[in-house]
Amino acid sequence: MDPLEIARWQFGITTVYHFMMVPLTLGLGAVVTGFYIAYIRTNKPEYKRMTKFWGKLYLINFIMGVATGLVQEFQFGMAWSEYSRFVGDVFGAPLAMEGLLAFFVESTFLGLWIFGWDKLKPKIHAACLFMAVAASWLSAYFIIVANSWMQHPVGVEMVDGRPVLNDVWAVLTNNTAMVAYPHALAGAVQVAGGFLVGIAWYKLWKRRRDGVDTIGENGKVVVGQQVEGARDTTDFTVWFKSLRIGAMVGLIGFLGTAFTGHSQAQLMIEQQPMKMAAAEAACHDGTGFSVLSLSSPGAQNCDEVQAILEIPGLLSFLAYEDFTTNVAGITTLMPIYEETYGTHLPDDPELYGERAGSEIDYLPLMEVTYYGFRGMITLGGVSALSFLYVLWVTRKKGEGTVPEAKWISNLAIAGILAPFGANILGWVFTEMGRQPFVVAPNPDGNPAILMFTAAAVSPGVSGFEILFSLVSLALVYAALMVVEIYLLAKYVKAGVVAAMPELVEDPHQDDHDDRDVLAFAY
Amino acid sequence: MFDFFADQPLLPTIWFAVVGFFWIGYITLDGFDLGVGMLMSRLFAKNEKERRLLLNTIGPVWDGNEVWLVTAGAATFAAFPLWYASLFSALYIPLTLTLIALIFRAVGIEYRGKKDSARWIAGWNLAISLGSLVIAFMIGALLALTSTGLPLNANGDRVGGAFAWVTPAVLMGGLAMVGLSLVMGLAFVALKTDGEIRHRAHTLLLRLLPLLLLPVTGWVLYLQFTSGKALSWAFTVVAAIAAVGAWTLLKAGHEGKGFAALASFTVFGVSAIFLALYPNVLPSTLNEAHHLTISSASSSDYTLTVMSWVAIFGVPILLIYQSWTYWVFRQRLTVDHIPTAHDVTELARRISK
Repeated sequence: MDPLEIARWQFGITTVYHFMMVPLTLGLGAVVTGFYIAYIRTNKPEYKRMTKFWGKLYLINFIMGVATGLVQEFQFGMAWSEYSRFVGDVFGAPLAMEGLLAFFVESTFLGLWIFGWDKLKPKIHAACLFMAVAASWLSAYFIIVANSWMQHPVGVEMVDGRPVLNDVWAVLTNNTAMVAYPHALAGAVQVAGGFLVGIAWYKLWKRRRDGVDTIGENGKVVVGQQVEGARDTTDFTVWFKSLRIGAMVGLIGFLGTAFTGHSQAQLMIEQQPMKMAAAEAACHDGTGFSVLSLSSPGAQNCDEVQAILEIPGLLSFLAYEDFTTNVAGITTLMPIYEETYGTHLPDDPELYGERAGSEIDYLPLMEVTYYGFRGMITLGGVSALSFLYVLWVTRKKGEGTVPEAKWISNLAIAGILAPFGANILGWVFTEMGRQPFVVAPNPDGNPAILMFTAAAVSPGVSGFEILFSLVSLALVYAALMVVEIYLLAKYVKAGVVAAMPELVEDPHQDDHDDRDVLAFAY
Repeated sequence: MFDFFADQPLLPTIWFAVVGFFWIGYITLDGFDLGVGMLMSRLFAKNEKERRLLLNTIGPVWDGNEVWLVTAGAATFAAFPLWYASLFSALYIPLTLTLIALIFRAVGIEYRGKKDSARWIAGWNLAISLGSLVIAFMIGALLALTSTGLPLNANGDRVGGAFAWVTPAVLMGGLAMVGLSLVMGLAFVALKTDGEIRHRAHTLLLRLLPLLLLPVTGWVLYLQFTSGKALSWAFTVVAAIAAVGAWTLLKAGHEGKGFAALASFTVFGVSAIFLALYPNVLPSTLNEAHHLTISSASSSDYTLTVMSWVAIFGVPILLIYQSWTYWVFRQRLTVDHIPTAHDVTELARRISK
């Protein structure tokens, strides 16, 4: 059993899984904070219901992000001890800053928010939520800083064969992080938008199907009431506003990813030309590309390649403009990589195991980078088009609701997955596109500051051990995914009452009013 | 008494103390909520209302407490990457089990009450109580092994296979942390609840305290006799006084002061372990030359300086807002405070008020 391959699969699976929870936490947290602030400022009941309902879904998801995040921190030491030793002087610092300055704030203030209803003054209570969400955004910054250092090492010098930090500001303001961070956040915001749109669409459709809302003779919606489950007129407003706000938030997220993605691509051409070459190699290849350029905003990316043509020095490789000769782009780069970073891995079995002395392939898996890149853009774009459609359907206030067709509602639910998919594919592209390096060399820096993935795995850990953790974590994750989706679906089906039992509950019947019952309890 | 610091580098010494601070914070704070988690088993809690009461005593604070573990790990990585890499890779299998326990416990706390079904609740209850037990045992074992050593080669890698860490130290540290957590958990329940369960916790605590603190006492003393220094012996004595004080205070019915004394016992006792270990961070049982020490395992002075500024800024603020949380939720809880359990699907069928 090859420990390296198993450890890579484990890192990939656990990270992709973790990053299904993270963008929803980041994006939905901000949206819920917005709803709560709107409630405190306007005192409108729909905003309270939106805060409570979406806040409940936020928490169901949040805990999974916390639980799976622990694995992320531990596995650097467990499975990648040689990596941890090599980069520890610079890589551990942002992780420790994340814990101390962000994660502590996030967890503590979220506890205050969950249990603080009716206990804290509303403004302080809202401030607690704001702090928790702001800290989660700060947390993302530190993690992106750490990751960006692996993509583009800065602020270090070589001492005794290891990169040693000499400029922490260079690490914290790494231009790679400065574009990757807003890109990841924008992706998270789009995830939240899609989540709101899918669920709110379904709830509005359900109201129509159950005959609560009808369409009058003038073609306008007649909002009805159903006492069962508190499906009153405010309930309609909850879903209608959630739908429109979701679509707007999602569009903002999409535009954010497009603009920041453009800047990222420009940096990537300079910093990791092989990754960009692998992603763009097929760009000018006849049909495959033209379908993409016609059907989605992905077309912008070929324009990017054009724009980047103006950067001097890179012209030679970008001049080969279609796939067959585009391989020449890679073949132009290949000798440069081989000359700068060597043709063979060092013959050191202690560090490289069975790969010691083997030939280095500087080309990342092309299918993954090419389709990952295009898949990301396509899913993001399709999701953005759906947001435009939602805004168009609901454009007239007080007149519209969603169509009666069930298939559109099903599609809306399925559409929740599109921005998630875009996020995942983006990460898979950027992480696998970095191979064969775990720390990619900085073309403007010391060429000795790099690390091959083959050298990063723990030398003392057997393939059996890593397989054990891979299998057990994968089984646990799969089971918990089922549980999380089951719970989310249960709460969505129940609607706002799931988060606000007081809407249907007689306090004198269930809890004697002389009892001092907690406003929230597990 | 302090001369053993003299020939050691300053910044790694400070960071040894900071890492020790985070581990001690974790043991003290998560100690009691792991204990409460274990008490949610049927062995202590009599019925569902009591189990929910127990869970809600730690409800607002458990997640913040767990971050002490995250930060202890990350601070070890940042300040002593070689320590982090060797320890975590050597204990691969036990840490995998710890992670699974941490995942199930966290998810269990959040999901337990989300469905009104006996099987669902019993399953997640087991995840919480058994998860708490496994976490406490494994973290205790991990710290015991870093204090007694692992079979490490010159590169800091474990030799002797996946289970080379199985030694009596595992049992000593594991039982120490489980016993300590149970004591802290019982003291916390006595402090945070009222009614019958408070008295049950109190009585049980007085009866079991000497027995439950025995393994941790053994661990502290073992380290003192193998590598103790005047200062670590002094801490041991203070810890012993705190333990006796805790028992006396609790016997006299002072639950708050008793809890504080137990926390002091933990702080001084674990500090005595770390002090005895210093300047090693992870000894090699194979060869003294392979010991990881504060100088051989640490990051550069520049990194440690940067991290010192982060800690100087971050730690006091952290202590303020976490203390504030405990103040906000200082109220004693009884079973009467726990609202009726709902199933959300059933709620949606009810008629509006």
